Amino acid sequence: MRVAIASGKGGTGKTTVAVNLAVTIARQGRSVHLCDCDVEEPNAHLFLDPVFSARWPVTVPVPAVDQDLCSHCGKCADICEFNAIACLPDRTMIFPDLCHSCSGCWLVCPQKAITPEEETIGNISTGKAGELVFTQGRLLVGQSLVPPLIKAVKDVSGDESWIIFDAPPGTTCPVMATMQGVDFVVLVTEPTPFGRHDLALALDLTRQLNISCGVVINRYESNPGQVENLCLREGVEILARIPFRRHVASACAEGGLAVDADAEVAAALSELAYNLTARAVTA
Amino acid sequence: MKLVISSEGPNPTDRVDPHFGRAPYLILFDSSSESFVAQDNSAQAEAAQGAGVQAAQIVVALGTDALLTGHCGPKAFDVLSAAGVKVYSGFDSTVMGAVRDWQGGQLEPITSPDGAGRH
Repeated sequence: MRVAIASGKGGTGKTTVAVNLAVTIARQGRSVHLCDCDVEEPNAHLFLDPVFSARWPVTVPVPAVDQDLCSHCGKCADICEFNAIACLPDRTMIFPDLCHSCSGCWLVCPQKAITPEEETIGNISTGKAGELVFTQGRLLVGQSLVPPLIKAVKDVSGDESWIIFDAPPGTTCPVMATMQGVDFVVLVTEPTPFGRHDLALALDLTRQLNISCGVVINRYESNPGQVENLCLREGVEILARIPFRRHVASACAEGGLAVDADAEVAAALSELAYNLTARAVTA
Repeated sequence: MKLVISSEGPNPTDRVDPHFGRAPYLILFDSSSESFVAQDNSAQAEAAQGAGVQAAQIVVALGTDALLTGHCGPKAFDVLSAAGVKVYSGFDSTVMGAVRDWQGGQLEPITSPDGAGRH
């Protein structure tokens, strides 16, 4: 079962749910691999204290121009959908941070003046955190091409029975890269107008990607009506409601696990694990 | 001399657009004929990224000697500098007013980008 934990709105508790769900399932004796796909700001490791056994760079091909071979025909700049190439009368300039590695420029160059060179965009670390297999991607400062790194992080996961991907916030390309190919998406929301608004966007995204999803309402206390009504109207199952407890927030701020801090929270995570297992059986 | 001015509209009486790459119009001014010709720049104005790079290429292709704009970001400045196009920034007037200011001969071109880029 491959599950992505996403949200729309940031700060709803994606990482809290991903980490505590992974631990809950692992404690039930099943093999779990947690992948932190929030490569711009990975933070799941803060709660897990993993021991990494391997680390390697992830590269993407970007164009390099041999100015002596270049005839300045401009075909490379014309084909580039990302405005990463400026063809001037006596010089062709490349802006690698705009490049999406589509290969168009080096395929179209009639002079064979453009060749791909590998540029490092980030690193992957993998290892163990207790019983969990844990993998993390980390984008280098100054890089902006996120989806290839997320795909590389996802490729590390193997034959574990549960693979959990902690997604970045939002509904943009990095989130789509995290969701693609998973069996199920858990959308974590909070009972606020902002939470409801971004949940609607995230629901729309899962529909466009044609992936089944369910909702977890975090910080569940007063006035959850608008989020519950949205789920009811959209026909989306609420998989768990995690109560709002100050001492749980304190424990998380110390780097602790929510499931170890509060029995009701642990019960909510067990309920989520149970509901996902039921999905896995019927999938 | 040929100047290009980033403009909010197609006419010399429109205001200089503070953003070079995403200006809706680029207006070409030829000092030999004292004529203004507007070029639609909406393709760049709506580009997801790299608007400055693309607009700078267009400015170079027009055979421009100098660009008058509000602010010029780092990538556009690199392209224009490589092609020997001087960049004058900080204009907050009409296109025609900017040209008159420039013709006064007192202005100095910028030597580094003065815009944030990526917007």
